[in-house]
Amino acid sequence: MTAISMTQSPTSKEFSAGVIATLPLILGAIPFGILFGTLAPSSGLSIAATLAMSLFVYAGAAQFIALGLLAAGASPSVIIFTTLVVNLRHLLYATAMVEQVKHLPLVMRALMAFGLTDETFAAVSRRYQQQDINKAHWFYFGSMTAMYGNWVLCTIIGLILGNAIPNVEQWGLDFAMSVTFIGMVVPYLNSRAMIGAVVVAAGMSLACAHLPNKMGLIIAALAGIGVGYWLSRRYPSAQGEVKA
Amino acid sequence: MMSNQELILILGMFAVTFAIRFIMFAVAGKMQLPKPLQRALAYVPPTVLTAIILPSLVLPQGSVDISWQNSYLVAGVVAFVIALVTRNLLLTIALGLAFFMVYHHLI
Repeated sequence: MTAISMTQSPTSKEFSAGVIATLPLILGAIPFGILFGTLAPSSGLSIAATLAMSLFVYAGAAQFIALGLLAAGASPSVIIFTTLVVNLRHLLYATAMVEQVKHLPLVMRALMAFGLTDETFAAVSRRYQQQDINKAHWFYFGSMTAMYGNWVLCTIIGLILGNAIPNVEQWGLDFAMSVTFIGMVVPYLNSRAMIGAVVVAAGMSLACAHLPNKMGLIIAALAGIGVGYWLSRRYPSAQGEVKA
Repeated sequence: MMSNQELILILGMFAVTFAIRFIMFAVAGKMQLPKPLQRALAYVPPTVLTAIILPSLVLPQGSVDISWQNSYLVAGVVAFVIALVTRNLLLTIALGLAFFMVYHHLI
């Protein structure tokens, strides 16, 4: 231990390191959260429901897709099913992380699961690749607290801005989600199977873009997963491993 | 206030999202997913993320637009190149967003 780190307890040091490591991802989430709050009322969601969605569902991409489906008049069951498919990726995150959290109390694990977003997974999985991970769950809590607080705050700001300023939705804030996801997808592209999976998903998402109820998204993801799986069997050396 | 339909929607979205995130943490390593399923799951994040964003880049207004006027597509390609070259998430998001804002307003 250095003299500097003695001034802070290991717990709060981990917590603030988690906050700091998540700041780049928050940069992308700010415009995206504001846009969600801005667009929600015009998609037919009440203010209370908009806020409740950010508070309880806490899944940016799925919330955004839900707005698109609501505006198109989709039923709750269609939206809930699409949410399931869109968020299925979090099952992989949890699977990759379970070794690091299994010793923690159940309540703590439940809280951490609630905060398991793309961004927190990206920040925390890097932390777990480093040394001395005894207190790294506080890093996780730092990351998820910063992400969650930011998400709820930006939703509120969006609700206010959308009311006060006309045409906020035309500022192009939706690009923030795209650029964040581009930055998260690129590190995956390290094997033949993974590149094949992503190329197929990309092509299918465009070919099926006109289908109703975001069916194209589901078809594209399934096609990409299928091709990736098949390629990983065909070229075992290039298989995509579950990363933590 | 919230309508019943909204309440059902949010409860349902919460239930599926939390269940997906929690199930593996809940059993805490006492149960393992079958190997083939684990292998397939590895492809879920990049394919889902790609399938979410690509149509919003290529069809920002609802129809295919492959041109210099489509600032989403141009900035998306720029961000992709930045990500490939720098391998740095902060740089990708910051430079990608900055490029988009400038380009989107120039167009």
